[in-house]
Amino acid sequence: MTDHTPALRLEGIVKTFPGVRALDGVSFSVLPGEVHALMGENGAGKSTLMKVLGGIYQPDAGKIFIEERETEMRGPLEAKANGVMFIHQELSLAEELSVAENIYLGELPRKSFGRVDWATLYSRTDAILEKLKVGFNARTLVGDLSIANQQMVEIARALTVDAKAVIFDEPTASLTDAEKVVLFDVIEGLKAQGVGIIYISHRMEEIFKMTDRISVLRDGEYRGTLNTAETNEDEITQMMIGRSLDISRNVEQVELGPVALRVENLSCGHLFEDATFEVREGEVLGFYGLVGAGRTEIAETLFGLRKPTSGQIYLKGEAVKITSPIDAIAKGISLVPESRKEQGLVLGMNCRDNMTLPQVGDLTAGPFVSDGAEISIYDQYRDRLSIKSPSWKTAVGNLSGGNQQKIVIGKWLSMQPEVLIVDEPTRGIDVGSKSEIHNLLRGLAKQGYAVIVISSEMPEVLHVSDRIVAMYHGRIMREFCATEVTEDSLIQAISGIEGTAA
Amino acid sequence: MQNETLKRLIKNGAIWAFIVIQLVFFEVAGRWWSLSDSAFMDLDNMLLLLKQSAPIGIIAIGMTVVMINGNIDLSVGATYALAGIVMLDSMNWPFMEAMGDAAIPLAWLFALFTGAILGLINGVIVWKTGVDAFIVTLGAMLGYRGLVFMYNGENPTYHLNWTMVDFAEADILGLQTPALVFIAVVLIVWLMMTRTVHGRNAYAIGDNREAAVNAGIRVGPHIVVNFVLIGFLAALSAVAFYSGSGSVNPNDGMLFELWAITAVVLGGTKLAGGRGSIIGTLGGVIAIQLLRKGLGHIGADTETVNLVIGTILIAVLFLDRQLNRKGAEELKV
Repeated sequence: MTDHTPALRLEGIVKTFPGVRALDGVSFSVLPGEVHALMGENGAGKSTLMKVLGGIYQPDAGKIFIEERETEMRGPLEAKANGVMFIHQELSLAEELSVAENIYLGELPRKSFGRVDWATLYSRTDAILEKLKVGFNARTLVGDLSIANQQMVEIARALTVDAKAVIFDEPTASLTDAEKVVLFDVIEGLKAQGVGIIYISHRMEEIFKMTDRISVLRDGEYRGTLNTAETNEDEITQMMIGRSLDISRNVEQVELGPVALRVENLSCGHLFEDATFEVREGEVLGFYGLVGAGRTEIAETLFGLRKPTSGQIYLKGEAVKITSPIDAIAKGISLVPESRKEQGLVLGMNCRDNMTLPQVGDLTAGPFVSDGAEISIYDQYRDRLSIKSPSWKTAVGNLSGGNQQKIVIGKWLSMQPEVLIVDEPTRGIDVGSKSEIHNLLRGLAKQGYAVIVISSEMPEVLHVSDRIVAMYHGRIMREFCATEVTEDSLIQAISGIEGTAA
Repeated sequence: MQNETLKRLIKNGAIWAFIVIQLVFFEVAGRWWSLSDSAFMDLDNMLLLLKQSAPIGIIAIGMTVVMINGNIDLSVGATYALAGIVMLDSMNWPFMEAMGDAAIPLAWLFALFTGAILGLINGVIVWKTGVDAFIVTLGAMLGYRGLVFMYNGENPTYHLNWTMVDFAEADILGLQTPALVFIAVVLIVWLMMTRTVHGRNAYAIGDNREAAVNAGIRVGPHIVVNFVLIGFLAALSAVAFYSGSGSVNPNDGMLFELWAITAVVLGGTKLAGGRGSIIGTLGGVIAIQLLRKGLGHIGADTETVNLVIGTILIAVLFLDRQLNRKGAEELKV
């Protein structure tokens, strides 16, 4: 393969954000006619790298070469002009416009006086669609297409330019098996035309079926490239998780209390099905799986944000129905949501008011809120969680991610819950605060809380959990005891690899 | 931290600085350029200003609450007119006439009740349908104005009762009833927004509705309460004004909603909700009224006044945006 000029080559790409080194000298190349997998855990830097390639972020150092020509990507348009095209996981199409209009958006062929040249537009589009062998035409409204076909429109868009490299970001995430076959055919077709393809996916079986080489990122660092034919799942897994990370597991065994929460055959449409598990007081139950595996949806159901379609929830042995967050809070279930800025915090409000938000109604003296009662709650949990904030008056939006998260945790602890659910406890939080929050969660279990931790980061679930539930596609695949689990078995369970279902 | 306090001071103080600048400017312009022979900053003039600001001011206070909450109410002008009609017309009803002056408080109650009910209708529709408040109250604005015209056609509704007029023109320390009502409303609603649970929740819902739901706040009923409040205040504004004037035209109160929103926004309340203050709105109301009076004082006509206010409104929002952008530049990873 060395006689080929790479379609795309990256050299020493570095990108830092305040407090995080998101990419640390990433170099690899994609040959024309090659499908090149890019793998790594969530947060390993894949999406940052793609944003650098797409001109959305400017790298702090490093170079991008297109066919060995050094190229600067100053914006998405420039990326496109240089033949780098993206098929995003989240589609960005205008649903009210036709397929043709979407494909040529921004560069519709024109006639005199700026009129659209519809004839040319439709004939060009149909020519491209023919190559893709799809069952719709240029005039179809995008909103009427299935997700899979909408994806085809995105792909068609990539074909309008002389694409050198096409990047597929989790393309099969929302496709059925039949649709996947069509997609793979299209990728084969692109390959035959000599386009370099970067294929980002977590799904091992696809990677091994589709790709020629695999490059692995871990914690923003490039870990190497392997020929797909010469490696196996174990080796890739090893490269992805590495062992440099500290996962000194909390071996300290705590005396477990009675079962605080038991869930039996809980389903919510196809989001998750037949979930059965229990948490005891003094225990941390970890939920591990890929994004979209149904973990967050289970948490939201327990917190009354979703209505289960079947199944039963027991709190302290008693069957309960949870109809709303208000209801959940009253029954002693608290949820630290996945996205603290969107779902957890009122960013413009100060630290104290955020912390007391769910219970401020009980902190009154006469018609007015009692300042003293609020401050004493804030002080108590500030000390207990060692929250670092200049004062209670500081707007929560001005705190660091770690301290923001502690405010949310403090908010729910001050409600004295029976069951505390924490979804992605350390997302977007720097390494130092991460371990602090991990210790905090362990500490809570030791104090007798029943804690459920949902995480997409393996070191995290391994570190904080007593037991781990692995989910794949809305189903609980297996339950592991933290002392007996291996990383391989965990990875396999969440990738849906056969023979692991319990 | 120093920086943050300073920024807040600039933002909250800006409207008052603007007021002071106006006072000085109109005084100086009037005297030195001999555009007017009377003094501008004279006590009677200022007391009158407060009375003249009252009708829109009272509504603007309610609008502040609704806007902090993340909603808007465009129907207040029509509510104002309808409440005024109910009050004056009810005084003409036979059983009310038979009661003599004792009918006055009853007429006020009818008016306030009308306002609260109209607000309740808006609130319940916003809550139960999930349609944007802008659309719901735009419809209500047209609908309620329709009711106004159905009541008495194109004719004015009037009832002159001297006891009521005396009440409206009674004064304490030179402040007449409408001004006093305005000040009382400012105080009460300010306390509500800064010191009570309801006020706290209003900010939380406006800033981040999802987080508020997750914190177990009953968002729907909360929103309804605020719509009832603004309907009530629009009616209170009508009570304060029409008790003195004794006559309602079916076109009265038109554009009140826009003037109220202008005052609220000038006073620093965010259109998207979550931030704002009652005191800021008070400043906004006074600033607008001052501008009108001041420009009149130096001989400008109404059209000019509107042009100037419009320009200033946009300039203020532009400055606010610039101030805010500095803090919001951090990157989302």
